[in-house]
Amino acid sequence: MGKTNIYAWLLLLPSLIFLILFTFYPVLKTLVLSFYQADLGSPEPFFIGMENYQRMMEDDVFWKVLKNNLWFALGTVPTSMALALGMALFANKVLRGKGFVRTAFFYPTVVPMIAVANIWLFIYTPEYGAISQLLQWLGQGQINWLGDQTFVMWAMVIMVIWKEAGYFMIFYLAGLQNISEEMYESASMDGAKPWTVFRRVTFPLLMPTTLFVMVIAVTNSFKLVDHLVIMTKGGPDNASNLLLYYIFETAFSFWDQGMASALTIVMVVLLLLLAAFQFFGLDKKIHYN
Amino acid sequence: MRKMWRNMLLSVSSLALAAGCSSAPTSSPQDQAKPVQAEATAPKQEEKVDLTFFYPVAVGGPLTKIVDDMAEQFNQEHPNIQVKPVYTGSYQDTTTKIQAAVQGKNPPDVAVMLSTELFTMLDMDAVLPLDDFIAKDGGSEYINDFYPGFMANSQTEGKTYSIPFQRSTIVLYYNKDAFREVGLDPEKPPQNWDELVEYSKKLKKDGRWGVEIPTSGFPYWMFQAFALQNGKNLMSEDGKKVYFETPENVEALQLWVDLAKKHQVMPEGVIEWATVPSDFLEGKTAMMYHTTGNLTNVKSNAKFDFGVAYLPAKQNFGSPTGGGNFYMFKGIDESKQEASWKFIRWMTEPERAAQWSIDTGYVATRKSAYETDKMKQYVTEFPAAAVARDQLEFAHAELSTHNNGKVSKAFNDALQSAVTGQSEPAAALKKAQEEADKVLAPFNK
Repeated sequence: MGKTNIYAWLLLLPSLIFLILFTFYPVLKTLVLSFYQADLGSPEPFFIGMENYQRMMEDDVFWKVLKNNLWFALGTVPTSMALALGMALFANKVLRGKGFVRTAFFYPTVVPMIAVANIWLFIYTPEYGAISQLLQWLGQGQINWLGDQTFVMWAMVIMVIWKEAGYFMIFYLAGLQNISEEMYESASMDGAKPWTVFRRVTFPLLMPTTLFVMVIAVTNSFKLVDHLVIMTKGGPDNASNLLLYYIFETAFSFWDQGMASALTIVMVVLLLLLAAFQFFGLDKKIHYN
Repeated sequence: MRKMWRNMLLSVSSLALAAGCSSAPTSSPQDQAKPVQAEATAPKQEEKVDLTFFYPVAVGGPLTKIVDDMAEQFNQEHPNIQVKPVYTGSYQDTTTKIQAAVQGKNPPDVAVMLSTELFTMLDMDAVLPLDDFIAKDGGSEYINDFYPGFMANSQTEGKTYSIPFQRSTIVLYYNKDAFREVGLDPEKPPQNWDELVEYSKKLKKDGRWGVEIPTSGFPYWMFQAFALQNGKNLMSEDGKKVYFETPENVEALQLWVDLAKKHQVMPEGVIEWATVPSDFLEGKTAMMYHTTGNLTNVKSNAKFDFGVAYLPAKQNFGSPTGGGNFYMFKGIDESKQEASWKFIRWMTEPERAAQWSIDTGYVATRKSAYETDKMKQYVTEFPAAAVARDQLEFAHAELSTHNNGKVSKAFNDALQSAVTGQSEPAAALKKAQEEADKVLAPFNK
C-alpha cells in the first residue's frame, strides 16, 4: 500500500505544486496582507487589524464600484443567457447552413477581449465611430457613449452581452442535444403546442445547464476587466469602474497592497456567497434525469 | 542518468526564477553563467554589460523605431555595452511594470518614466541619485544646460534623481485655414481666455468644433495649465500639499464646463486624449490643446495650414511641463550603473536631443541643442518648433506629490465629474481637496 500511495502522490505532485504556488499560497497571503498596512508610505508592512476594511466602508469609490458591478451583472447575465438560449434553439433547428449559423453566433467568443474592446471602441467613438456615422446619416445628434456617465455603463453592458451570448450558446446547444427525441415525439402525439413543449419539456430539462451557465455568467461579470483598461479606465469619474479594475488600480497604480488585498477578500467572499446561493438554493428546484 | 537529473534540476530552478520566485536580484541564470565565461575569455574590464531599458510612448508617430535605432547606434559605438530597449506601453503601464519589477527585486537598469514619479520612486526607495555621476562627468556645466522648467520635477532636497529626455509643454494648435474662412487673422491666435471663447464661437460650425481640450487619461495636466494661467500651481514643491480648492481654480473649471455646456464650442462629456489630434487633423476641431510631443505628427499629417501658439493667458501665460526622464535603479551592480550613465549621457547629447526633437516634436531639453546647426536650420524653416521652447519661460513643474497615483486620481475624477455635469466645479474641487488631504496626511506628520 505504501508503494501505491507514493506513486499516487508522485503523479499528483506537479498539479499539487502549481495549486499550492498559484492558489493556496496567494489566497492565504492575500488574507494575511489584508490586515496589514502595506503601501508606498510604509517601507515595512505593519499589522493594523481591520483598518483596511474600515477605510473601505468609508470609501465612496468602493461603494460606487460595488453598485456598478451589481448593475453590470444584472444588465449582462439575464440578457446574455436568454439570448444564448434563443440562439441555441435556432441553431439547433436550422436546417441549412448549420455550420455557418453556429460559427456566426460563436465567433465573438473566440476574439480576445482586448480585440473586442478595440472593435467596440471604434463603434462607440464620437465623430468617427460606426454608431456615430449611422446617427449622422439619420440626421441625429452625437452621443459620446464612453465619455458620458449616463451612457457608459449601457455601452459596456451591450458589448459584453454580444461577447458572452455566443459562449453560453455552446452550453445550451450541448444541453439541447442531450434531450432525447422521444420526449418530443410523445409531446407531439399528445398534441402539445410548441410553446407548451418548450415550457414543459425543453426548459425544465435544460435547468442543469442553466444553473451552470448562470454560475459562470455571474462570476464572469465580476472577473471582466480588460475592456476597461482599453476603453474607459473606469471613467468618467468611476462611472464604469468595476470591482476588479478598482483592485487593479489600488494594487498597481496606488501600490496600496494592503487595501488591494482587503478588496480582493471582499470580492472572493462575495463570489463564494453568490455561487453557494446558486448551488444550494437553486439546485433543489432542478430535475436531473 | 546523473546528467539528466542535473538538467532537470537546472530547468526547474530556472523556471522558478522566471516565475519571479527569486528573491535575490543578482542571481538570474545569465548572471550566474557570465562570470565563468568572462574569466575564461577576456580580462575583466572588457566584460560585456547588458542593460535593460524600459521606455513608454505617449504620442503619435513611429517612436518605437526611433528609440530602437538610437539604442542600436549606441550599441555599435559601445561594443562592451548592449542596451536592450523594451517598449512598455503608455506612461501608466510603464510605471506599473517598473513598480512591479522593483517589488519583485528585479528592476530594469535604466528607464524613461514620467518626471512626476519622483516622490513615488523615493517612497519605494527605488531610484539612485545621479549627483556623483554628474559631478564626474560634466558637472554643473552639464546639468545647468537643461532648461530649469524641466529640472523642476527632477530634483528634491538638493539631489538630482533623473535627467530630462522626452519633455513637453502644452501648446495651442490652430487651423489657419479655418481662421481665414471665418475672417480671423491667421497670425493672431487667441491671447487670453476671453478671446479663446470668442474665437471658438466664430470657428464653430456644423461638423467642426471651436476647440478641444482632452479630458481622458490625465485631465489634471490640461487643467494645470489653466491653474497656472490664473496665478498658482496645484501643489507645494515638496509634494506634501495640494491646492485644488481655490477660487481661481473654480473659475478655470467653470470655463471648461462653459465651453461645452454654455457656449457649445467643445464636445460635451469626456474628450479622448488620443482622438483629439485626429479630430484636429480631420478638421473636426479648429483648435486643440495638446502636448508639443505631437508636433511632428501634426506637421507630417496636416493637409492644411496650421499654427502653434502659447496657451491663452488669464493673469499670465502658463503651462505645466510634462513628459519623461531617465531614471537609474537601485540594486544594480556598479558596472551596470556606469554603463547606464554612459547611455543616459549619450542619449542627452545636444546633437541627439536636437535630432530627437526634430523627429518627434518634443522640446529639446538642453539649451545647447538649440545652438546646433541642424536645430537652427530646422527652427528657421519651421518656427513653430520653437514655440514650446519659448513658452518654457512661463512653464512650471507638473503635478507631482507623494502617493501621486491616488492624489491625481482624486483630482482626475473630480475634473471628469464636473466636465460631465455630475457636480458643480466648486463642489468637485472641494471633494478632490478633501480626498487628497486625506491621502497626504501621513506625509505631513
